[in-house]
Amino acid sequence: MNRYETVFILTPVLSEEQAKEAVKVYEDFVKKNGGKLKHNEFWGLKKLAYQIQKKSTGFYSLMEYEAPGDLIQKLEVEFKRDERIMRFLTVKMEKHHIAFAEKTRAAAKA
Amino acid sequence: MAQSDIRYLTPISIEIKKDKYCRFLKSGIKYVDYKNPDFLIKFVNEQGKLLPRRVTGTSQKYQKRVNKAVKRARHLAILPYVGDMLR
Repeated sequence: MNRYETVFILTPVLSEEQAKEAVKVYEDFVKKNGGKLKHNEFWGLKKLAYQIQKKSTGFYSLMEYEAPGDLIQKLEVEFKRDERIMRFLTVKMEKHHIAFAEKTRAAAKA
Repeated sequence: MAQSDIRYLTPISIEIKKDKYCRFLKSGIKYVDYKNPDFLIKFVNEQGKLLPRRVTGTSQKYQKRVNKAVKRARHLAILPYVGDMLR
């Protein structure tokens, strides 16, 4: 079970609730396919550094989870299929990254 | 006599040799986060290009991590590929 961190951007055409709903869909997808969700953040509407699909803002969302390796392939097919998602990036977390994430989360909580 | 007459056209600029150090080794940062732009902007010049090691002085190990983080940030539109952002 490796640790992964996925950041994806949703089109600004959606309203706030629709964006949250879309994030929910992927959280359940990870849970259903044998992944354990550790932490997720929703950064909301942010300005993009350059235009993606002619849009200059987007909803950013981050998902951190523990999952078997083959889940990533399925998840990315879902991302490609869903046209609400403009861009996504999945990163495998190594030990320094995990330590960093834990520390920032503890600091945020405190 | 002749000694004192020597005047230089341009004043000789003495290069003050400040020794470069790797900020990651000194401050003990182990992981370069690709998600916060204000830290990554220090390693990118005005056009958004990565600064070379001889300018920033970082060691190769951490320069590679900075490279990877900046390229990921560019993919996620956190940093521009090209742009004048510091002005």
